[in-house]
Amino acid sequence: METNEYLEVFIDESKEHIQSLNDHLLELEKNPSDLTMVNEIFRSAHTLKGMSATMGYQDLADLTHKMENVLDAVRNQQLVVTTAILDVVFEAVDQLEEMVMDIASGGEGRKDVVHLVEQLNAIERGEALPEENSNTAAPVSESDHQPQSTLVSTLDEFEMTVLRESNDQGYQNLELHITLREDCLLKAARVFMVFEILEQSGEVIKSAPTVQDLEEEKFEQSFTVLLVTKDKAEEIEKKVMKVSEIESVKVQNFSIEQRSSQSGNSEDTNKLSEEKGATAVAEAPVKQEKDTAKKAPVSNKTIRVNIDRLDALMNLFEELVIDRGRLEQIADSLKHTELQETVERMTRISGDLQNIILNMRMVPIDQVFNRFPRMVRQLAKDLGKQINLEIEGAETELDRTVIDEIGDPLVHLIRNALDHGVELPEVREQKGKPREGSLKLNAYHSGNHVFIEISDDGAGINREKVINKAVSNGVVTNDQAENLTEKQVYQLIMESGFSTADKISDVSGRGVGLDVVKNTIESLGGNITIDSTFEKGSIFSIQLPLTLSIISVMLVEIKEEKYAVPLSSIIETAVIKKSNIMSAHNKKVIDFRGKVVPLIDLQDVFEVPGEKHDDEYCSVIIIRKGDKMAGLIVDTFIGQQEVVLKSLGNYLTDVFAISGATILGDGQVALIIDSNSLIV
Amino acid sequence: MPQDNKQDIKAIIFQLNDEEFAISVQQVSGIERMQHITRVPQTASFVKGVINLRGVVTPIIDLRKRFGLDAADFTDSTRMIIVYMDEMEVGLIVDAAYDVIDIPEEAVEPAPEVVGAVDVDYIEGVAKLEDRLLILLNLNNVLTDEEVRALKTVEG
Repeated sequence: METNEYLEVFIDESKEHIQSLNDHLLELEKNPSDLTMVNEIFRSAHTLKGMSATMGYQDLADLTHKMENVLDAVRNQQLVVTTAILDVVFEAVDQLEEMVMDIASGGEGRKDVVHLVEQLNAIERGEALPEENSNTAAPVSESDHQPQSTLVSTLDEFEMTVLRESNDQGYQNLELHITLREDCLLKAARVFMVFEILEQSGEVIKSAPTVQDLEEEKFEQSFTVLLVTKDKAEEIEKKVMKVSEIESVKVQNFSIEQRSSQSGNSEDTNKLSEEKGATAVAEAPVKQEKDTAKKAPVSNKTIRVNIDRLDALMNLFEELVIDRGRLEQIADSLKHTELQETVERMTRISGDLQNIILNMRMVPIDQVFNRFPRMVRQLAKDLGKQINLEIEGAETELDRTVIDEIGDPLVHLIRNALDHGVELPEVREQKGKPREGSLKLNAYHSGNHVFIEISDDGAGINREKVINKAVSNGVVTNDQAENLTEKQVYQLIMESGFSTADKISDVSGRGVGLDVVKNTIESLGGNITIDSTFEKGSIFSIQLPLTLSIISVMLVEIKEEKYAVPLSSIIETAVIKKSNIMSAHNKKVIDFRGKVVPLIDLQDVFEVPGEKHDDEYCSVIIIRKGDKMAGLIVDTFIGQQEVVLKSLGNYLTDVFAISGATILGDGQVALIIDSNSLIV
Repeated sequence: MPQDNKQDIKAIIFQLNDEEFAISVQQVSGIERMQHITRVPQTASFVKGVINLRGVVTPIIDLRKRFGLDAADFTDSTRMIIVYMDEMEVGLIVDAAYDVIDIPEEAVEPAPEVVGAVDVDYIEGVAKLEDRLLILLNLNNVLTDEEVRALKTVEG
C-alpha cells in the first residue's frame, strides 16, 4: 500500500496529538499531581510514536519514545513533575511539531535532537533509576508478547469484586491472549468478531488495550481479554480461532490471588469492596452495555473531508446563486405564475442549502485559540511576567475563510497586551494588584457577527501619553487632540507609525503593528474598538462577519453603472429633498434624525460619466463605521440581494473604496463598495 | 529536427493600429469576443474595467491606451486576449487576433534602441518573417509599468 495516501491523515492526526500534548501538559503544569493528565499525555505520545514509526519517520519516533519514557516514569510515580522537566518536555513537543511541519511541507522530518534526547535521558536516568524495579507494570500496549497476567495490575476494585463473585458462583475467570496475524488488514473488525464470540459465551470484564483503543486500532498485533464464563477454556479457544486472520489464542485460568503477589496494598481495598460485591455483580453487565452504547455513535458521527472539496462545493454553489439571481429576473419579467412559483421554491431550497454549506465550512475558533496557551506561557517566561490566561467561547464557530485570516491579528494583540499591558510582578504588587496578571480571551456570537474580546488587567492606556505621542508624530494636531473623546484617543494607537512603548522590545512595538491589525480586520469586513481604564486594564474587541463568501447587499444605480453596498454597513435609506441639504465647511451635510451627517456623492467619487441629475429629490444611503456616519448619494435603489463576493484578482489590488466585485443575474459584474474607506 | 523546433516560439499574432504583435501561446489562456465591461473607478487610465469570464472577475486592459495609440471604436473583429501571468489573469483588448505561427529563434532581434518617441520597455524584440515584421511583447512590462507601480504606492 502506498504510504502517500496516508500522509495527509498522518499529518492531520499528528497535529491533533501534538495539540493535545500541549493542552494536557499545560494542565499538568497547573496541577502537577494529576496523574490522569499524565495518562492522557502518555497516550498521545504513544500513538504519535506508533504512527511515526509506521510511516518511517525514525527521528520523530525516537524523540517521542524518549519523551514517553520520561512520561512513563512520571506515571509510575518514579518522577515528580517539576517545571524543569516540563520545560524539556515542552521543548521536545516543539521539536516534534517542527518535524511534523517539515513533513507536511514535503521534508523528511529529520532533525538533530541529540541534545534533547540526552536531556530526556538524564531526567529518566538521574531520578528514575532507584525505583526502577519496584513496579512491573510496563505500559500496557508494550507488553504484548508475554502472556503473563499483565492485566491484574490495572484492575480496579470493582472489577476485582466481579471476578471474586463469579468464582464463588461457579463461573471461571479466563485470561485470553489473542494475537492477530501480521498481515491482518482489518484489525478492528477482527477484534469486533472476537468480542462477539466471547460475549456469547460469557462476560468480558476487561481488555488491554481498552476497548476503545482496540476499536480504533491503537494496538500492535495482540491484545488480552479477561472473560468470565461457564464454558471450557478449550472450547473458547477453538471458537476464537475460527475468526480469520488470528495467529494464536492462549487461554489460561486467571486467579485473583496472583494479584496479591504483585501488589500488596490491594488486599485492604478488596476487603472493603467485598461487602458491596453482590450488588456489583448485578450491575456489571448493565454498565458495560452503557459503555459500548456510548462509544459506538461517536465514531460514526463525523467524517473527515478535505477542505478543497468543501471549497469546490462552495464554488459550485456560488455559480448556482448567480443563476438563481438570473432566474428570478427572468421570472419577474415574464410574469408567468407557474414559473414564478417554481423559482420561489427553488430560492427557498437553495437558501436552506446555502445555510447548510456555510455551516459545513464553520470551524470552532478553538483552532486559532488553541495555540495561545503555549504562546502566552513562553512569552510570560521571556518577559518575566506572570500571566493567567483564561479562554472562553472557544467553541464559537466562524467561517474557515475568516479563521485563516484572524490568527495573526490575534497573536499581535495578545503580544501587545502581554508586553505593554500587563506589568511586571513587582510593579503590580506596588500597585496593589495580584502578582499574577490576567489575560482573558472571549469569543461569542451576536446576530450575524462574531465578537472576540481580548482583555487584560494591566496598566491600561495612558491618555496623556497617547495624545503627546500622536501630536509629536503629527497624527493629530494640538487643537484636534483637545476635543477627542476617550474612544477616539484609543483609536489613535492603531494609526500607522504609532507606538507608545518607551523602548522597543522584541515582542512587540516596532512601530508597525496595531495599524496592521486594524487594516486586516477591516479588510475582513470587521472592526476593532478599544476600551480602557488607566491602571485597570484594557479591552480590545473585534467584530467580525460570520462569513466572507456570500453577503447581503443593497444594489444601487449611478447613471448606467450598478454598485453594491453591503447591508452590514447600512443604517437606512432615505429620499431627501434637495432643499434640505445644507452646507458646512464647503461640505454638503444633512440633518438626519438630529445628527449632522456628511454627504458623499458617489458619482463624483467614482467619476461616473454622464450629466448630473437635477431632481428635486435625491436618494441617500446612510452608512456607518463605528460611531461615524455618512450619506451616499445615488441615483436609484434597485433592491436587496444576496451576492457572492469575488475578488478583483491579483492585478487590480487596492482599488479605492472598492472591496470586491460580484456577478449579477444578468451576468454583468457589479462592484462592491467598501463603505469603511469612504468614511474618514 | 526536434531540437530546432524546440527553439521556435509558438506565438499568437494580433493587430493593433496596422502593426502586428506577438505573444507566446504559453501565456495565453483564451481569446474572447467583446462583452460588457464594468468600469472600475480610480484605476490607471488604460484599465478598461472588469468582465465576468465564466464566473471569474477578470480585469481588462485597453492596449491602445497602454501603448499611447489613438482610441478606436470596437468593431466586430475586436477581441480580448486573456493572458495568464504570475497568478494574474488579465484581458488585453486588441483590434484583431487571427494567427498562431512559429517564430524561429534566429529571426528574433533585440528591440532597436529607439523606436519612435515612446519609451518601449514592453518590447522584448522584433522578428522578421518574410515580409512581416512582428513585435514580441514582454507581458511583464505591459502589465506592470512605472505608472501602475506608482499608483500602487500612492494607494498602498
